Amino acid sequence: MPDFLLEIGCEEIPARMIDAASQELRERVTALLRRERLSGGAVTHFDTPRRVAVLAAGIAASQADVVEQVTGPSVNVAYKDGQPTPAAHAFARKSGVEVAQLEKVSTPKGEYIAAKVTKRGRSAGEILAEGLPKELSSIYWAKNMYWQKPNERFVRPVRWLVAMLDGETIPLEFDGIRAGKTSRGHRILSDGAVTIPHAGSAYFDCLRAAKVLGRGEREHQIRKALDAATRAIPGARWREDKSLLDTVVNLTEFPSVILGSFDPQFLSLPEEVLVTVMRDHQKYFAVENASGKLAPHFLAVLNTDSDPQGLIRHGNERVLRARFNDARFFWQTDQKKSLLERWESLKHVTFQKDLGSYFEKTQRVQRLCSWLSEILKQGGIAVRPGVIHKAACLAKTDLTTELVKEFTELQGIVGGLYARAQQLDESLPEATRFAIADAIYDHYKPESTDDDVPRSTEGAVLSIGDKADTIAGMFALGLVPSGSKDPFALRRQANAIVKVIAEKKLPLRLGDLMRDARAGYQRSEAEKKFVEEAKFDESVATFFRERLEFYLKDVCGYAYDVVKAVLGADAEDVVDAVQRAEAVKQVLHMPEFQAIGAACKRIRNILKQAGEKGIAVAGAFEYLPDSAPEEKNLAAYVGVNGPKVEALRKKKEYGEALMLLSTAREPVDAFFDKVMVMVDDAKVRANRLALLRTLLKEFSTIADFSEIVTENKSVLS
Amino acid sequence: MTPSSSNPLTFQELILRLQAFWAERGCVLQQPYDVEVGAGTMAPETFLRVLGPKPYKVAYVQPSRRPADGRYGENPNRLFKHMQLQVILKPPPENVQELYLESLTAIGIDLRQHDIKFEEDNWEAPTLSAWGVGWQVMLDGLEITQFTYFQQCGGVDLFPISAELTYGLERIGAFLQDVDSIYDIVWARDPDTGSVVKYGDVRLADELQFSVYNFELADVDKAWKHFELCEAECKGLLEKYAALAKDQNPRPVSPNNGETRTGHPEKARFPLLAAYDLCLKCSHLFNILDARGAISVTERVGVIARVRALAVGIAKAWVDQQKSESVPPESALEPEPVSAKKKKSEKLVQAAI
Repeated sequence: MPDFLLEIGCEEIPARMIDAASQELRERVTALLRRERLSGGAVTHFDTPRRVAVLAAGIAASQADVVEQVTGPSVNVAYKDGQPTPAAHAFARKSGVEVAQLEKVSTPKGEYIAAKVTKRGRSAGEILAEGLPKELSSIYWAKNMYWQKPNERFVRPVRWLVAMLDGETIPLEFDGIRAGKTSRGHRILSDGAVTIPHAGSAYFDCLRAAKVLGRGEREHQIRKALDAATRAIPGARWREDKSLLDTVVNLTEFPSVILGSFDPQFLSLPEEVLVTVMRDHQKYFAVENASGKLAPHFLAVLNTDSDPQGLIRHGNERVLRARFNDARFFWQTDQKKSLLERWESLKHVTFQKDLGSYFEKTQRVQRLCSWLSEILKQGGIAVRPGVIHKAACLAKTDLTTELVKEFTELQGIVGGLYARAQQLDESLPEATRFAIADAIYDHYKPESTDDDVPRSTEGAVLSIGDKADTIAGMFALGLVPSGSKDPFALRRQANAIVKVIAEKKLPLRLGDLMRDARAGYQRSEAEKKFVEEAKFDESVATFFRERLEFYLKDVCGYAYDVVKAVLGADAEDVVDAVQRAEAVKQVLHMPEFQAIGAACKRIRNILKQAGEKGIAVAGAFEYLPDSAPEEKNLAAYVGVNGPKVEALRKKKEYGEALMLLSTAREPVDAFFDKVMVMVDDAKVRANRLALLRTLLKEFSTIADFSEIVTENKSVLS
Repeated sequence: MTPSSSNPLTFQELILRLQAFWAERGCVLQQPYDVEVGAGTMAPETFLRVLGPKPYKVAYVQPSRRPADGRYGENPNRLFKHMQLQVILKPPPENVQELYLESLTAIGIDLRQHDIKFEEDNWEAPTLSAWGVGWQVMLDGLEITQFTYFQQCGGVDLFPISAELTYGLERIGAFLQDVDSIYDIVWARDPDTGSVVKYGDVRLADELQFSVYNFELADVDKAWKHFELCEAECKGLLEKYAALAKDQNPRPVSPNNGETRTGHPEKARFPLLAAYDLCLKCSHLFNILDARGAISVTERVGVIARVRALAVGIAKAWVDQQKSESVPPESALEPEPVSAKKKKSEKLVQAAI
C-alpha cells in the first residue's frame, strides 16, 4: 500500500486561481484512483503559488486481478455427441484455459460455453503515468497559456514535476517535463532544489525546511503576524478582510508581516479612498483605532521571513506615500469642477459603442427612474422626485473625475462623496442634498449577492434604473450573455436588480421593467440596430427567470422543485414569487401536496399526449348525461373552490389558498381511480380533457405543482 | 537610509548595468527606435521580431510617449515620456524568471533584503491586437517590471512565443536612490567633481512643453490630416504588397513542406518596415488627438479599429514576407549559429542555479 505524491511545479500561479485548481486536482486524482481500482486512504492536496500537489495515502500498489467470465460459441456448436468440437478447442485456446475447464451458461438466447479468464491487474505506477497527463491538462484555468507547443497549455509554464510511489519515481511526463524527486523551495529563502526522499509526510517536512508552507499554515502565520504587528499600537486592530487575506495567502510561500505608517495628514482624505488604495492597489490591511476610525498605519504581508534592516517597510511606505499623494492631488483637482459642471462632459464618455454616451444614458435613466417612481407611488411607496431626478442626473458624472479614472472601483462612491462635499445646489435643503449624495453613493450596489442593497428607496430606484437601462440596451443589440461569456457582467447586474426588488419589497414586474427600459431608447441612433421586440421580450424573460431562479435557490435557499413550481406560475413579480415560495415550502411536506403534485404531473402528461395526437379538448366542461359521478363531483369541487382559491390568491393569502387546495386531493384521487379519460367516445373524452385542463389551470396559479418532486412517483404516473 | 547600498546607481549606470547584463546573456543591444511609440512593445524590434519562427534576443531602452499622461512636470510620479528597458527573449529560456531575478542583483538589489512577488497581470494591447499573460513584478510594494509571455501579436498566434521584460526605469531609479520625485533622480555624477545632473535637469522642460503642446496647442485639424495621410499611405503600401504576394505566389504549395525555395526578391525588398512606421505615426497621432479631447465618443472605438487594422495587416504581411525569404532563413537576422547558441544557454542554466 504505497503512498502516492504528485507535485506540479509551476511559475507563479495567479492567486485567484490556486484554491479551485488545487481542489480540482485532488478530485481528479481521487476519481482516477477510484476508476482504476487503486483507491486507498485519504487524499489530501497542498498548494502554494508555485505548486499544486496531491498526496494519496496507502493506495493499491497494483490493481487486483479480476476473474471475468467470457462466453464463447453455443453449446450446440461447441459439442458434438458430448465431445468438444474444434470450435470449443479454439475458444479454450484463445481464453487460455483447458477444454475441460470450460463451463456451460444459460442465457436468454440459449446455452453457451464460457471460460473464466483472469485479467492481471496493472501496476499503479504504470496506470498513473498513463492516466495523469490527461487529468492535468484538463484542470480548469480562467486563463491559460502555451510556452513550448501550442497544444500544451497550463496556467503558467510548468517547470518541474514530482511523482512518486513511496520512494520511487513513476515514469510520468507532462508538457515536456519528466517527473523526478526534485521539488523546489522558496525562491529567496532556500537553496532551490529539494529532494523528496519518500512520498508521504516527508514531503511536507522537506518543503517546510525549504521555507515553503501549506495554505492553512500560511493563513495561520499571517493572522498571528498581523495580530503581533498591530500590538505595537495600543488599542489598535487590523481590519478583517477575508478576500484580501485569501489573496495574500496565495501570493506567499513563507509569509511575514510588517507594520508601516503614513502621514496622519492623509487622514483628511475620505476613508473609502485610503482603504481602496491600501487594499486594492497595495494589498495592505488597514488598521483602525479603538473607536473604529482609520489609524495612520498599514500592514503589508511579505513573501519572506523578516525585514531586519527595515528596508522593506521603508520601500512600502514610500510607495504608499506616492499613491496617497496622487489621490490627494486628484481629490483637490476634481474639486475645481463641480459634478453639475461635469454633466455635459459625459457627452465625451462612451457608455457602449452602439448605445452612445453616458450623457444619453443619464437622460434615459432619469426618465426610467421617474416612471419607476410613479409605479412605486401607486404601490404606496414614496419616492422623493427631487432626490431621484438629481441623483440620476449626476450619478455618472464621477466617471470624468481624476480620482475615478485612477481608482475605477470607487465609481459611485466618489460621486457620492463629491456630492456631499460640494453641496450641489444651495437652494436645496440639506436633507435633500444628503439624500442625493447617498443615492449616488449606493447606486452600484449590490455588487454581489453578499453586498448590501442601497440604503434609501431613491438609491434602490437608481440602482435598478441604471442596471435595467444597461441590460435592455445590450439585449436589444443581441449582446446576450452565453456560457462563460458575459463581458458586461449583465448576470451580476440582473442579480442585483432581483435582490434590490426583493429586499426593498418593490412592486415592480421584471418584464414591464425591461420593456420600459427598452422604450428609453426610442428614436435613438441605437434603436436602428435593435432586434425586434418579440425576440427581445423572450430573451429577457428567459434571462431574468434564470436570475430569479438563482436568487430563490442560491440566495434564499428554497429547494429546486419549489422554485421551479413557483416560477412555473409566474416569474415576473419578484416579491410575490418569494412569498409564494415560502407558502409552498410550508405545505410541501403534507401528503396532500405529494398527491396533488403527482396528479398534476399526470394531468399534464395526459393533456400533452392529447395535444400531440391531435385529440380534441372541449371548450369548457359540461355536465353530460353519462358523466361519471366522480367526474361530476370533481367538476362541482372546481366550480365551488376555484373562485375561492382565486380570491385568496388575489389577496396574497397564499397559505390559506394552499390549505384550501389541499382539499382537492380526495375528489381528484377518486376521479383518477374510477374514471377513464381517454375513452373512445370523442365527446366524453373531450369533455373530460376540458375538466382536467380547467383543474390544472386552477391549481397552477400559485405554483405549478407538476414540478414538485414527489416521493411516490410510481403510484400515479 | 537607502534601500540597497550606500552608493546607489545613477540613472545612466542603471541603464548601463541592465544593458551589460543582457548583452552578456546573448542579447543584441538595440538603440531606441526613432519613431514615437507609446511603449517598447511597439518598436519593431518587438512587434515584428516576435512574429515568425526565428529565435531572437534583444534589449533596448525605449522612451515611450503617452501624451495623456503628461502633468506639466508637476506630478512627482507621472510623466508624458517615460523610459522602459525592454528585453525580448524568443523563445524564453527555461530559467527566464531566475535570469530576471539575477538582473535585479546586477543593479544592486540584494533580494535577501527585499520582498519580491510575481502578481498576475495579463497584458493586452487592443491597437496592436496583441496579448499575453504574465505578472507585474512587485518589489517592496512597487511595480518595477512587467513580465509577459506573448501569445498573440498583430492577430497572429506566435510560435515560438517570446518573453517580454519591461523594466520601468524611472521607478527603479527612484527606488534605488530613495527619492520621492522622479525629477530628483541623479541621472549622472561627474566622477572627478562629484557634481550631479538630475532627471529634472535633463527632462523637465520636455515634460512641461510637451504637456502644453499635447493638451493645449496641438493643432487638431492638422493632426487629423497627418493621421489620414499616414493611414492612407500605409494602406496603399499594404495593398501593393498584397498584389505582389498574389502575383508572385500562384503555386498551390505549402510553404512548410521543406522544399527549397528560390525566394521572391521583389517581396523581400518590399518596405513593410516603412508601412509599420506609418502605422506607429497613426497610433501616436491618435494619442495626441485623444489627449486634446478631440476624439468624440462615436469616433474613438472606430479610430482604434483603424489603427489595429493597419497593425494586423502589417503583421500578416510580415509573416508572409519572412516565409518567402530565400533559404537559409537564419542568414542576416540570426545572431549566432544554432549550435553555439545551445551551448551558451546550457551554461546560463548552470549559472542561474
